[in-house]
Amino acid sequence: MATRQIQRSSEQSWTLLDLLDQAPGLIALSDTLVEITEDGAPVVALTGDLKYSNGLVRFAERYPERFFNMGISEQNMVSTAAGMATSGLTPFVADFASFLPLLCCEQIRTDVAYSQLPVRLIGHHAGITLGFYGTSHHATEDLSITRAMAGLTVVCPTDAAMLAASVRASVAWEEPIYFRIGRGREPDVYTPEQLRDFEFGRAIWHHRGADAVVIATGSMVSPSLEAVRKLRGEGHDVGMLDMHTVKPVDRQAVLMAGATGSPVITVEEHNVVGGLGAAVAELLAEKGSRSRLRRHGIPDVYSLIGPPTHLYRHYGLEGAGIEAVIREELEKSRTLSVAAGVAVA
Amino acid sequence: MSSAATENPPAVDDATVELLEERSRFIRSEVIRLIKVAKVGHYASAFSCAEIIATLYYGVMSLRRGEPDWPDRDRFMFGKGHAAVALYPVLADYDFIEREVLDQYTRLGNPLGDHPDRTRVPGVDFSSGSIGHALSAGLGMALSARVQGRDFNSFVLLGDGEQNEGQVWEAAMSAAHHKAGRVIATVDRNRYCLDGEVDEVMGIEPLDEKWRAFGWDVHEVDGHDAGALCALLRHLAGRDAPTRPAVVIAHTVKGKGVDFMESEIGWHLGFLNPEDETRALEQIEMVREGSE
Repeated sequence: MATRQIQRSSEQSWTLLDLLDQAPGLIALSDTLVEITEDGAPVVALTGDLKYSNGLVRFAERYPERFFNMGISEQNMVSTAAGMATSGLTPFVADFASFLPLLCCEQIRTDVAYSQLPVRLIGHHAGITLGFYGTSHHATEDLSITRAMAGLTVVCPTDAAMLAASVRASVAWEEPIYFRIGRGREPDVYTPEQLRDFEFGRAIWHHRGADAVVIATGSMVSPSLEAVRKLRGEGHDVGMLDMHTVKPVDRQAVLMAGATGSPVITVEEHNVVGGLGAAVAELLAEKGSRSRLRRHGIPDVYSLIGPPTHLYRHYGLEGAGIEAVIREELEKSRTLSVAAGVAVA
Repeated sequence: MSSAATENPPAVDDATVELLEERSRFIRSEVIRLIKVAKVGHYASAFSCAEIIATLYYGVMSLRRGEPDWPDRDRFMFGKGHAAVALYPVLADYDFIEREVLDQYTRLGNPLGDHPDRTRVPGVDFSSGSIGHALSAGLGMALSARVQGRDFNSFVLLGDGEQNEGQVWEAAMSAAHHKAGRVIATVDRNRYCLDGEVDEVMGIEPLDEKWRAFGWDVHEVDGHDAGALCALLRHLAGRDAPTRPAVVIAHTVKGKGVDFMESEIGWHLGFLNPEDETRALEQIEMVREGSE
């Protein structure tokens, strides 16, 4: 799927209908849905009055009879999708991440996850991407909520190419899935060719590292890579792992990261409680890893309001902020090893 | 109770009515037998919908014995899932589940719990227990039929207390909007929820006007008159390419069939000792003798 460069003068007027042009990830979503439908997957798409925000308008134009606008009644939408899935369809339900797992938590648990129906939930504009819309529109709890549901796969695609690859991979996946995506404007990390062997639950190593390992997911992979590459350029052996599937988490990869005894740093656009950091912490603690863990994310607060880029800077969730966190951990390791060395001497 | 329908649906023959009444007695006595195994259960909620379930399963729905997954079968969603004990004997009678399984209702590891579970029980089209989801699920099934060119009906049995749930009205609005004419809801209007009379706990009247205002084809019927129920539901199920969803407000009595349970709020949940069990079963059988 070709992605599009965003070039827009600040003086240019725009409307809701132009938003999609700025979001290659959302274009990839609709176009991949069209592609798998053409290949025979029994796809239907549902949204709650957000077809321009999530780009499903593209799918709707191609397959009007397979598109259902359910209005602003999200709980009904999730249960309706579950009903569809009992009778031979694969529904993709897209809505703001702040509404899907939070407002529809019980419908997802009981009607979708527990019922093991092949519903694909797409929580878009996750994390703090809706900046100054405020807390009602932020989703920094959705990973904790969905991760606690047995039988639900939780995936945070990194960019447009991975979103396309993961939608394709969903065709052969029996479990219900929660896809967590941002605004669809995440910088490209992968080419489609690099994701030819994409699998849910199999994390992608970008670098192995002996000094520290960063494990990031979704929107945080790109800025984490930026930070890691900078530090590697300075001679620090920092590893980098893309943990796109938060559940089932790639246990082998996490344990490999924690096997060196060097710090492991998780990065997610989510509360540090319950999400990727928690998944990694559970595993490292259970296996008795000697690695110190640093969970980086939203520090168990409700985010401030503000433009998204300003918020990322405020919470240290851009390249420079993540780099600073990694440096702190490298420094701690150095101090600790010096202290240990002194004690031994 | 007169129907709001402009036309009078054709009457059902005597033999069918007799069958439906016999199956209603069968459901009530099975409910007593099974709750004895569980040692606690929702007798009264099950009794109020005995004729509705008997009518749907033995007079209206298109089903194939022993084939719970037949793709063109009519669907049944149990909104008031706590009355599932009234459905299980019917599923066993249809050879969807084994009699030995039925007899172990609620025992450790048995698939049959207080609420119906589609992952464990063949013939249960949708899990329920959380009040308010069933109408949405029925809508989803009706829409899936449309997308796939099938023509089955989605029957949804709702409680009257369930009318308090916001999701019911989201689904009502949505089904009318999407012209899901194959959704046929029945409201078991037994007038009681857990804490007392529905109209005292959270009033729902004027119920018919609410459904009409949401764009539904609204009918009312005596929910214990199997002949009238069957005539009306057959008429609704047989409509040609319907574009309006239909709802039947079935006026019922909670605990119907056992005088000391009727409209007694305590019997929403309870247990019959052997002496009361005998009294209850005698009354259920007496209905048969009285009608002969």
